[in-house]
Amino acid sequence: MGGYEFDVWVFMLAAFLGFQLIRGVSPLLHTPLMSLTNAISAIAVVGAILITGAKDASMLSKILGTLAVFLAVLNAVSGYLITDRMLKMFKRREEKK
Amino acid sequence: MNLDNTILPIIYMLAAMGFILAIKWMNSPATARRGVIVGEIGMVLAVASTLLRFEVVSYQWILVAFVLGTAAGIPIAYIMPMTAVPQRTAFSHACGALASALIGTAEYYKGIRQGPPHTSVEMTALIIETLLGFLTFTASMMAFGKLQEVLPQRPITYKGQNFVNLGIFAAAAGIGLALIVSPERLALFPIFVVLSLIFGVLLIIPIGGADMPTVIALLNSYAGLSSSAMGFVLNNKMLIVAGALDGSSGFILAIIMCRAMNRSFGNVLFGAFGQLQTTAAASEARPYRSASADEAAQILDAARTVVVIPGYGLAVSQAQHKLREMFELLNKRGVNVEFAIHPVAGRMPGHMNVLLAEADVPYDKLREMDDINPEMPNADVALIIGANDVVNPAAESDPKSPIAGMPIIQAYKARTVMVIKRSMNPGFAGIDNDLYYRPNTIMLFGDAKAFLASIVKELAAVGKAA
Repeated sequence: MGGYEFDVWVFMLAAFLGFQLIRGVSPLLHTPLMSLTNAISAIAVVGAILITGAKDASMLSKILGTLAVFLAVLNAVSGYLITDRMLKMFKRREEKK
Repeated sequence: MNLDNTILPIIYMLAAMGFILAIKWMNSPATARRGVIVGEIGMVLAVASTLLRFEVVSYQWILVAFVLGTAAGIPIAYIMPMTAVPQRTAFSHACGALASALIGTAEYYKGIRQGPPHTSVEMTALIIETLLGFLTFTASMMAFGKLQEVLPQRPITYKGQNFVNLGIFAAAAGIGLALIVSPERLALFPIFVVLSLIFGVLLIIPIGGADMPTVIALLNSYAGLSSSAMGFVLNNKMLIVAGALDGSSGFILAIIMCRAMNRSFGNVLFGAFGQLQTTAAASEARPYRSASADEAAQILDAARTVVVIPGYGLAVSQAQHKLREMFELLNKRGVNVEFAIHPVAGRMPGHMNVLLAEADVPYDKLREMDDINPEMPNADVALIIGANDVVNPAAESDPKSPIAGMPIIQAYKARTVMVIKRSMNPGFAGIDNDLYYRPNTIMLFGDAKAFLASIVKELAAVGKAA
């Protein structure tokens, strides 16, 4: 099985798994869900690091890559923190003092 | 031997598992915070091990970007008011999409100038990545502008708009195709980028404020698909998985929003959201009943079950906290109060739940539309605050109404309906609401926060006297 064919399978299965998982999320949490998946897709920072930090990186690669690292880190940090901040607000009545 | 080929794939796989678990645990508020932690662990592992890869040799630029990104991200997360979460979400779609597009751009030039040249499969993924990335970037910035109200919220339409949009998209896609066939045509790439950017702007111009929940969800999906495409370019399965999860999540939310507004599936895919007709029906003066806060408080106090139906107007007047005070007072007096949340109440999926949770309303009192509708005939009072279209019975009864077929919260089935509203003027969509003129409806005129404050005062006074 060729490399890209394998990748297509991974994508297909992951998307299918995503559909199943997201359908199980209560509408109550759709907003935190969106900020969580946003933070997760900031894992693109991995690609940005590989571009920026490579030995033979051109100036163009360094500039674009650094900007991409900045944007992805911004998304990851603010995404996880704000998701947690929102989730902390969801309380049942019994838990209230 | 180097560790990159043995340990790294395992760490990436663990990270992907963390992301999957993070989303799985979002299915309940009880486990959701655990999900955030496992997602964070996955990301830290993946980023740290990437930094240690042998081909990563220079760190100073990366370090600077990390520090700046963290420094900007922390205040955004903590200062952001909950009413502004939709804007922040649009902004973060823009950041994510731009990051992905920039990485794609850098990869393209690297392949041309330094090699190895991209295969046609890689080029296909790269074109999808940059196309979706750049168009989502400008589209999200436009959505951000509309939500932040620095851009006009009214939809802007002109003759032949769909034609122009489609033409630009076709041109971008055509040039993309040419680049896949022969990547060395350097001059085409900047044109491709510019066309993608323009298409993103054009996509959002005709979209009005009421359609924002769908648009945000759809942009979420595009941003995710873009970073998934990046995974194909870089041959990184963790990126493919993370992007696919994000993409499918946005897609499902967009479909849910569409159903909640009775829009078709095709409308989502092609972004042709159109807008609600703003032709207000010539409304002749019809009789209606109104009441004071004093009377409203008495009616609420005498009820056994009250269903509150909040809309975005509630958040605009910052009335959530007064609403929670009223909720607690009524609770103490033995009145069962529940909140009926329409899927499109608020500016993004689930927004209203967050706003009420912030005001300390327990989440087990927040009920979904389909869940509460069968119980509406048993409600003594339906209290509508800042909502209009989502309770308009015309959606069920008048096939000619612009919102015909849209699922609504059946407030009209309650024994008494009370509506807090500034005046009898039709709402944002300009559709008259027959509910306001029904014999069992009582209009409460005033600002939502001020009116709720008066009700709370009355209820507190009755409570002391008793």
